[in-house]
Amino acid sequence: MAFLQLDALSKAFGPHKAVDGLTLGVEKGEFVSLLGPSGCGKTTTLQMIAGFVEPSGGAIRLEGKDLLAVKPAKRGLGIVFQSYALFPHMSVAENVAFGLEMQGVAKAERAKRVAETLGLVGLGAFAARFPRQLSGGQQQRVALARALVIRPQILLLDEPLSNLDAKLREEMQIELRQIQRTVGTTTILVTHDQAEAMALSDRIVVMNQGRAEQIAPPHEAYERPATPFVANFLGKTNLIDGKAVRPERIEFASSGLAGTVRTRIFQGNHWLYQVETASGLLTVIRQNAGGTMPEEGASVHLAWAAP
Amino acid sequence: MKAMPYLLVLPALVLFAAVVIVPLAMTVALSFHDWGQYKGIEPVFILKNWREVLEDSYYYEVFGRTFRIAALVTLLSAVFGAPEAYILNRMKSPWRGFFLLVILGPLLISVVARTLGWALLFGGNSGLVNKALMSAGLISAPIPFMFTETGMVVALAHVLMPYMVLSVWAALQRLDPQIENAAVALGAGPLTVLRRIVLPQAMPGILAGAVIVFSLAASAFATPAIIGGRRLKVASTLAYDEFLNTLNWPLGATVAVILLVVLATLVIVANRLVERRYAQVFG
Repeated sequence: MAFLQLDALSKAFGPHKAVDGLTLGVEKGEFVSLLGPSGCGKTTTLQMIAGFVEPSGGAIRLEGKDLLAVKPAKRGLGIVFQSYALFPHMSVAENVAFGLEMQGVAKAERAKRVAETLGLVGLGAFAARFPRQLSGGQQQRVALARALVIRPQILLLDEPLSNLDAKLREEMQIELRQIQRTVGTTTILVTHDQAEAMALSDRIVVMNQGRAEQIAPPHEAYERPATPFVANFLGKTNLIDGKAVRPERIEFASSGLAGTVRTRIFQGNHWLYQVETASGLLTVIRQNAGGTMPEEGASVHLAWAAP
Repeated sequence: MKAMPYLLVLPALVLFAAVVIVPLAMTVALSFHDWGQYKGIEPVFILKNWREVLEDSYYYEVFGRTFRIAALVTLLSAVFGAPEAYILNRMKSPWRGFFLLVILGPLLISVVARTLGWALLFGGNSGLVNKALMSAGLISAPIPFMFTETGMVVALAHVLMPYMVLSVWAALQRLDPQIENAAVALGAGPLTVLRRIVLPQAMPGILAGAVIVFSLAASAFATPAIIGGRRLKVASTLAYDEFLNTLNWPLGATVAVILLVVLATLVIVANRLVERRYAQVFG
């Protein structure tokens, strides 16, 4: 049995099934993302693991033991909330120390571990500040330190990066991955951002309407999507004669499917094309190698290897 | 064009000066005038009234009672109002709206009508409140409510409770909706969450509510006049009597000015404290 095992986990709010028979095994040290559009049940799943929402059916086992029988305060899980939910009336050090204090860790040991964890997230110099005096990215790190300092069996991340701007988000993704690798904590990330899920996870669970559409490593889910929903949700997809073809696999060639360039958008490292063809409007992504590219209105031929 | 903002605030400024500043200045001036049974008010500058108020223990008793009642009312409204606001904040609609209306309801009714209602409930040993308390076995003999400080405190606490509830509620609405879950996930029990997480964040609201309730209780007139009667005086009823019964306006003005100065000082000091303590935390 896996380290954390969800068995036919379900949650119904009235007639609406938020989570519908989700089965998932997470191995120790693994980083798994629950990915899906809003309302797909990913946050409800996380809250059931945390204990804030009571499941309507199914089981959650941690190391073989029934987790549902344990009160939320006794589960010993580290959680980073979307809003961070830092304690505004406590300093950064007090925020991080709170969980240790609840566990009855002695004061000297507490101070040592707080300093260690703040160092891990790069906030050693900010221990005396209050959350209001920190930037969004720094608050995010405090929330992470607060969750990690109690050495949780599982780290739950609820859309932790969605309040950051794009550049900072990318930096935090790299950092988050490094920190998770360093401490080796089993981690479950909830996100609607497919790029984030693919960048961070060992495996992703693509969810839709309370069900898991596919559970696979990111590369596999992207290359061999199990359902049309997964194909569409993980990056852009062209549906040609019932087959999904990724836009970056289509090339401009001297022969092939004939078409006319409808729009061309420059995006720095690549060009994004919309090409009108007999098979409909197709999206084509070409690397920007510095050469000249077909312009809008140009007649082109498209070719791709059979998927 | 630079004068424009000043021109725009001018009407309000004139009104403010006419209805607040001028009467206040006149009251302060009045407190230094002389008064006699037969000669009436003499516009001279003497310290007679101030000396009388500051030297006679009767006035100390009245002011002592005023601030004792105000302090007890503030304490009662905080003890009941803060939990009330917390419960209200956790309610879901439509109950929240309904109970908010129940709490704010008293504000929609005239203070006099409400206080007369309390007088009816308190009235004599066979009053409804005493009957209820005795049949519930909480007390063995009737508590005298009418013409006592106890009655004044109860009635004033009821009248002023909404200010505390609203003030604490406003503070609680700024709480992160996940903050209690965050504390629970870190291992905190329900009481620890309340004491360590919710209460400290509600504190600015409780302090702001306390300042409002204390100043309104200390300067309340209708409730002390009806429940306290003519014998049990507080500062405002004392000033009223000096003005309208004894006709000693200068002495009444002195009492009024002292009440004003004490309350103004209190509000300013409390605000300073709150700001210094919480500015960096709650911005």
